[in-house]
Amino acid sequence: MTQQFNSGFSAWLKRDLVLAYRRRGDAAGPLLFFVMVSTLIPLGLTPESARLADVAAGMIWVMALLATLLSMDALFADDHRDGSLEQLLISPQLLPMPILGKMTAHWLITGLPLTLASPLLGLMLSLPAAGFVPMLCSLAVGTACLSLIGGVGAALTVSLRKGGLLLSLLVMPLYMPVIIFGSATVGYALDGLNWLPPLAALGAMLAASVALCPLAAAGALRITSVN
Amino acid sequence: MNWQWFHRLGSPRWFYQTTERWLPWLYLAALTILSVGLTWGLAFAPEDAKQGNSFRIIYIHVPASFLALAGYYIMASAGAIGLIWKMKLSYMVMKAAAPIGAALTFVALVTGAIWGKPTWGAYWVWDARITSMLILLFLYLGVIALQYAYQSVDAASKAGAILALVGTVNIPIIYKSVDWWYTLHQPATIKLTSAPSMHPDMFQPLLVMILGFYIFYALALIVGTRSEILRRERKTGWVRELAAAEVRS
Amino acid sequence: MPDIQKSFAREDPLSQPPLVSVENLAFERDDTCLFENIDLTVNAGDILQIEGPNGSGKTTLLRLLTTALEPRSGFIRYRGQSVTACRHEYLSDLLYVGHQPAVKLTLTAEENLRWMVAASAGSNNLSIQEALQLVGLSGYTDLPCYALSAGQHRRVALARLLMSQAKLWYLDEPFTAIDKQGVAFLESCLQRHVDAGGAVVLSTHQDLALGAVRKYKLEGQGRGLRS
Repeated sequence: MTQQFNSGFSAWLKRDLVLAYRRRGDAAGPLLFFVMVSTLIPLGLTPESARLADVAAGMIWVMALLATLLSMDALFADDHRDGSLEQLLISPQLLPMPILGKMTAHWLITGLPLTLASPLLGLMLSLPAAGFVPMLCSLAVGTACLSLIGGVGAALTVSLRKGGLLLSLLVMPLYMPVIIFGSATVGYALDGLNWLPPLAALGAMLAASVALCPLAAAGALRITSVN
Repeated sequence: MNWQWFHRLGSPRWFYQTTERWLPWLYLAALTILSVGLTWGLAFAPEDAKQGNSFRIIYIHVPASFLALAGYYIMASAGAIGLIWKMKLSYMVMKAAAPIGAALTFVALVTGAIWGKPTWGAYWVWDARITSMLILLFLYLGVIALQYAYQSVDAASKAGAILALVGTVNIPIIYKSVDWWYTLHQPATIKLTSAPSMHPDMFQPLLVMILGFYIFYALALIVGTRSEILRRERKTGWVRELAAAEVRS
Repeated sequence: MPDIQKSFAREDPLSQPPLVSVENLAFERDDTCLFENIDLTVNAGDILQIEGPNGSGKTTLLRLLTTALEPRSGFIRYRGQSVTACRHEYLSDLLYVGHQPAVKLTLTAEENLRWMVAASAGSNNLSIQEALQLVGLSGYTDLPCYALSAGQHRRVALARLLMSQAKLWYLDEPFTAIDKQGVAFLESCLQRHVDAGGAVVLSTHQDLALGAVRKYKLEGQGRGLRS
């Protein structure tokens, strides 16, 4: 039974990674969005580094959230269109494991690159030095939550033609705790406080999401993909 | 155990015919209790020492906020019953509950803003409770939008139910994190409606208003569900007969 | 040979329950009944052709058989057991090729087939190269599938049939977009499968040039309202 669990998880994880690699241009989209939007902030707000430093952490988090949302609707939609999802639904494997595999792949393709690119944005937005490590940690954990929660929304809207916008509306409220604790982690560090507690709260959310989101997405796919 | 009542409860026709008899009483009760509560609260309750008469908006604001949140759980429970027991009636209840809940949330937000102007000097303040209410409104709108996005009624109901359930898991997390976020940024200096410190003369009409809102909510939910029943069962024999009788009279 | 088996099974149903039996199956979508009282049995060695006008529910019936859809009422049994009770065994023993061939355009034919075989339960000792050669794609194995035609996509999906060990084949319009030689080849495939004790349920408007095809007609007149 454990082998079954693994095979469903790692097979779909690997497959999605290969598919993303073949379409690197598409996969790079959220990352480019993330970097480009950060140029708008000094233009729209102020080039003054002191004022930028105040908003840097929150802005980076908001942009990471938007960049994730941008890529979310492709999670199941492509598989739905070409019939792979139908095959997944009738495979003898337990459905949540392949779905968790796909969500993990989504994080590796979008969340992880965003996290790794965030120090660059931190520099551009004059984030104080004390904020870099907390920002990396909180983004690494937080974007994983975003991929998992967003996956539920993607499953709910998979068969809709204009699912992308609706998906954003559905999951945005569910993302709010993540952004609160994510930017608070950086905020605590900048205030010289112990930033582990808010990070731990993010970790707790990740644990709950890993347990619940694949189940909810599996239930949703069984309903939405056949209608 | 006799499950007869449970199956009968699942029949839209039975629900439609039974509630027909309840409606006049519910209308009467809602009207009476709400007018008693309003008159009492607006005319006879004493003026607040600090806020003067502006505090009286709580007689709308507090009950509306109560039911906005309770309504989400009612909606999600109806969705869960539909998913578990495949009961079509409860999907109709869920669909009817969403716009009512959203409207109450909106009322709570608007009255909060009106109340905010004389108290805080601004219509909108990012207070923990107001922010949570706003997120609750977004959750409601999500459920409504998702249900309208699907052509198939079955898919719309089930997808809406799953989203509502995901929302229920999230609401406590959202509320707690928003509370925490608020204390982090600006410690709560103005505490307005901590109920136990309210004078009993102010508090009693509030209780009456909350009761009145509950009855009003039940009434709105039943009326909404009845119209949803007619819409979804419009092709069945009994609804056609009903419509024919309506035309004749 | 198949005929003897069938009559034997009918005379003494208790000793050998049919491979799949459908009892009193009904399906409705949005309170509109698509069909009711579907009864059919599939024995080893059967080819069952589902016929009916457009919209009579052929695809829906096949999807019900794969458990992707849930019936309003009625049972599907696999070797005498309800499929909800032996879901894993049943799904491991069936192979479904739907309208969409589940071919990923960025992967090559070979990669697609390798992935499909890995995701299904088991495979025989035919190699992927051999299978692709048999379906007439030997020169195309290393091209990404977006360079191939619709008929060739279908051939990739049908190459699965050659490699599968599943007893039950459910094929939804398998002859769509396939040329004459392809049709003949597929028919010989089906014949070989049932001769080896497998069973095929397929929907097609085409008359098959095969000996023992049973037909099941969906009238498309089941449309009516729930009482």
